[in-house]
Amino acid sequence: MSANHQLLAAGLDLGYGERQIVSALDLTLPAGQLTVIVGANACGKSTLLRGLARLLTPTRGAVYLDGKPIHQMPTREVATILGVLPQSPIAPDAITVTDLVGRGRYPHQGWFRRWTPEDDAAVAQALQSTDTLELADRPVDELSGGQRQRVWIAMALAQETDLLLLDEPTTFLDINHQVEVLDLLTDLVKTSGRTVVVVLHDLNLACRYADHIVAMKAGTIVTEGRPVEVITEQIVKDVFGMTSRIVVDPVSDTPMIVPIGRHHVEKLPA
Amino acid sequence: MTTALDITRVVQTRTRSADRRRNVTLALLVALLLVFALALYLGDYPVPVEGVIRSLLSPFTGLTDRGVDFIVLQVRLPRAILAVLSGASFALAGIIFQTLLRNPLASPDIIGIAHGASASAVFCIIILGWSGTAVSFGAFGGAVITALAIYLLAWRNGVTAYRVVLIGIGMAAMLAAVISYLFTRARLTEVQQAMAWLVGSLNASRPGDSIVLGGALLVLIPAMIALLRGLDAMELGDDTARSLGAKVEFTRLGLMLVAVGFAAFATAAVGPVGFVAFVSGPLARTMLNGAGRGFPQAALVGALVMLASDLIAQHLLPNTQLPVGVVTGAFGALFLLWLLMASGRSGRVN
Repeated sequence: MSANHQLLAAGLDLGYGERQIVSALDLTLPAGQLTVIVGANACGKSTLLRGLARLLTPTRGAVYLDGKPIHQMPTREVATILGVLPQSPIAPDAITVTDLVGRGRYPHQGWFRRWTPEDDAAVAQALQSTDTLELADRPVDELSGGQRQRVWIAMALAQETDLLLLDEPTTFLDINHQVEVLDLLTDLVKTSGRTVVVVLHDLNLACRYADHIVAMKAGTIVTEGRPVEVITEQIVKDVFGMTSRIVVDPVSDTPMIVPIGRHHVEKLPA
Repeated sequence: MTTALDITRVVQTRTRSADRRRNVTLALLVALLLVFALALYLGDYPVPVEGVIRSLLSPFTGLTDRGVDFIVLQVRLPRAILAVLSGASFALAGIIFQTLLRNPLASPDIIGIAHGASASAVFCIIILGWSGTAVSFGAFGGAVITALAIYLLAWRNGVTAYRVVLIGIGMAAMLAAVISYLFTRARLTEVQQAMAWLVGSLNASRPGDSIVLGGALLVLIPAMIALLRGLDAMELGDDTARSLGAKVEFTRLGLMLVAVGFAAFATAAVGPVGFVAFVSGPLARTMLNGAGRGFPQAALVGALVMLASDLIAQHLLPNTQLPVGVVTGAFGALFLLWLLMASGRSGRVN
């Protein structure tokens, strides 16, 4: 791992049918870093992620993995380099945690190479990193939301890819589980040098955890860079259409956005 | 080292699943063998157990007894074999559709494919005046054309499970209307013949039926096994499957073709015997309780249900042979009620 594969989008147009969602977007994902994509609802961040993950074919432009157009590469080959956790994956009825996480080994198996001790090791490792090893024999449909989310991340980890793309992995989680998931993703970047891209809703957590933040609006990138450098009150206004104050996060020294809203405008000092 | 211990835990879970799969499979095989033996033994013409065994071994031992051999080898054995083959085919068709479409209601006898076979067969009997093997060909064509129509109508930049189920149910209703219309134009004897076909029966089975169906299975089962690996990924949703490197559209189309093949050949052989396709998969999965997808086990359940239902159909009423579809229908209705009650408790149908 940590081969530092490179993923970039050039002049990317993405859409569903007639509806164009992302237009003329250029983005290079910094290798070995945690990139967080933020933006208001329906700004195209999930669409961009699906495009980067070759789940959606671009109408124009292309996504390049190590210099090669990703949509023209054998999908199996891509799957050994790039793992994706989509927004709403489906767990088959009564499937056990081990079985589900084991499905992440799919791209490493084939006609003649079925299950090996190497696969067992990868599954155990993935379970251990997500702190779900003690759930190994439990059915997935009996788990809590936070446990289930960690198990799905373990499934993506078992794929053992250098690049990992996650679409809102913290949705439906309590704040403590959100932090847990983001800590885990940070570990992956720091300890194994993976490149992780994640779509997030919470701007403050995004600012705290991102090495590189990408702020999107109406299918284009408004700004990108280190959160301390690029997140300003003006950017928050542009991207979310909301006035705010930015203070320094007392824990991480990163920007912390304090929304203002209509009822508190007067109380602010000029 | 903690890692060594961790792997044990994963291996243990997998081994436990494998054990359960093996035990369920063995239990089903034993049950199937018992019922198969019973099917060779039971009948209007009493043959003692030794007689059945001698008869079965007669091709090797040369110890023949023309009368008994005819009953055992020419009447009971082909019928039992056809029941096993057709039951397994219906079951596999059902579990493929149910898994692909993620819906226990999505078996071919619910989403219109059996109706396509039926409408075509009734058309052949009433309008064209066909009978016997010709009707089987008609039913086969009807099933394939209906499946194709459902797939094309559901196509919109790919096929979603939801659209296939809805269009299939619509198609089923339409074809049921066609059948009703054909009945209004028919003479009583034709209606009787068509009705007998519609209920599905092994009473009129010919030895050739098993050979055709068996040949089809020799092609369809390997094709299915080749495609099943992709289903490992596809069970997690299309996006996850694609990101794992599975060829989603190819696998889905391939498996649907195979499933239509199973349904069409079985229907052509024994008629649209209801509910076998519908009940086998969920029953097998209930037995496995998460220890696998249950395709081989579903095939065994299907064979068992068909064989046992046919035995009941033959011997329940003295002097009357019921069509097997009457028994599977009653059994299936009970199962449907159970499924609805179970899903009502857990608050979901899936």
